[in-house]
Amino acid sequence: MATNTAGRGKFKPLSMSSKEYKTFAKQREPARSVFANCVRAFVTGGLICVLGQAIQNGYMSWLKLSATQAANPTVATLIFISVLLTCLGVYDRLAQWAGAGSAVPVTGFANSMCSAALEHRAEGLVLGVGGNMFKLAGSVIVYGTVAAFVIGLIHVIFGIRGH
Amino acid sequence: MLRGKQTWWFENRPVIIGTGTVVGPDEGAGPLAADFDLVHAELDLNQKSWEKAERLLLEQASDFAIKNAGIRRDQVQFYVGGDLLNQLISNSFTARELGLPYIGVFGACSTSMLSLALAAHLVDSGMAEYAMAGTCSHNCTAEKQFRYPTEYGSQKPPTAQYTVTGAGAAVVAKSGIGPVITCATIGKIVDLGISDPFNMGAAMAPAAVDTIQTHLNDTGRMPADYDMIVTGDLASVGHRIAVDLFARDGVPIQDTVFSDCGLMIYDIERQKVQAGGSGCACSAVVTYGHLMKRLRNGELKRILVVATGALLSPLSYQQGETIPCIAHAVAIERGDA
Repeated sequence: MATNTAGRGKFKPLSMSSKEYKTFAKQREPARSVFANCVRAFVTGGLICVLGQAIQNGYMSWLKLSATQAANPTVATLIFISVLLTCLGVYDRLAQWAGAGSAVPVTGFANSMCSAALEHRAEGLVLGVGGNMFKLAGSVIVYGTVAAFVIGLIHVIFGIRGH
Repeated sequence: MLRGKQTWWFENRPVIIGTGTVVGPDEGAGPLAADFDLVHAELDLNQKSWEKAERLLLEQASDFAIKNAGIRRDQVQFYVGGDLLNQLISNSFTARELGLPYIGVFGACSTSMLSLALAAHLVDSGMAEYAMAGTCSHNCTAEKQFRYPTEYGSQKPPTAQYTVTGAGAAVVAKSGIGPVITCATIGKIVDLGISDPFNMGAAMAPAAVDTIQTHLNDTGRMPADYDMIVTGDLASVGHRIAVDLFARDGVPIQDTVFSDCGLMIYDIERQKVQAGGSGCACSAVVTYGHLMKRLRNGELKRILVVATGALLSPLSYQQGETIPCIAHAVAIERGDA
């Protein structure tokens, strides 16, 4: 075995530009299955909406509520289911399969708040749970509000009377 | 003594007289389960926080290492260790329990070999008779600090890696029975512009290749001089890139068994770990558990462990910085006994 330093410098040091390497690495990454992810997101997101509709219809026929009256309890029920699944450690597994399908509906929003609250419980109720609950959901609220404001301006400026 | 540009040659041949490895349930369900000292069935180890659980893993691993070395805790003169958590809390708190002089080091997932190289250096230079190196990581503390809350439903891309829950420690001694540390190559930062924290394998592969090539140049060795060259946590994406980078530079890596701890610790076909394992504990438990066992029973005679680290922080990648990476290599040989 060669244990002396006779062969020193026999391999040239790694030299590659960052641009060249990014292409080199990209060619060796597994392809992301965009189509399959879209189908899964469509199916899961759709099923969550179907579930929501079923709950709403249930409240309407059993509790004799109007469609408008049934809307809030329906959302609350979906949030409850999402929080329950998050606490049982199921929602994140569903999400790995479903992607945007489980992230976009209200259940995803509830999951983001519940998971952050759970995660930071160890840091106490005020600085932990209270301070971190909106860590992920906060930006949805901020940009949701900003988007609503912009749309509102468009309505006013162009006089579109949308309802 | 220094050999070549970046390699420490340990002339007094420090010996790894004992190692300890403790892992979580996912690692216990993997192919190397039988090689670890302790497998926990619960991810939280019945502790109140993930951080406490990670700390306990390291405490237990260091206890096993000292016990397996057959020495008393107070005989260990220095403890060198690090982890992924901010301000190295897992190691500082473990060092508090150990009550030993403590050198905290940060090399992200390369900490296992960084701490082992430093412990070997302390012993080789006569600064210590016994020194211990240790590191740990926990899947949930890493997710919490670097990514999202553990129960948050986000879809991970296929290039993502799964942080190993576990801890590994090794006691290095001036003399004794066990595998010998013959040299170590300290890596330099390599950053080829990858900024995606869900693609660490691709970010770290050039660092591993750079350190291995430097090591071969410094020592005059060839890949064939090793029974195995194993990287820390490149996983499937980074491993493939590393193999191709070697081919491009004409390094005959095919003359040895070139593998990766992140591919060995899990059954990546069966377990849902995306590209494979990562984290400080990945290379630590595979080396101190699995590879040490194979060195001790003579299956392997000389190996090179190249632990790879992505030195990013949540702050740095949110500010759009690329990922600085590093790799440290330690050559371990079967002892005389």
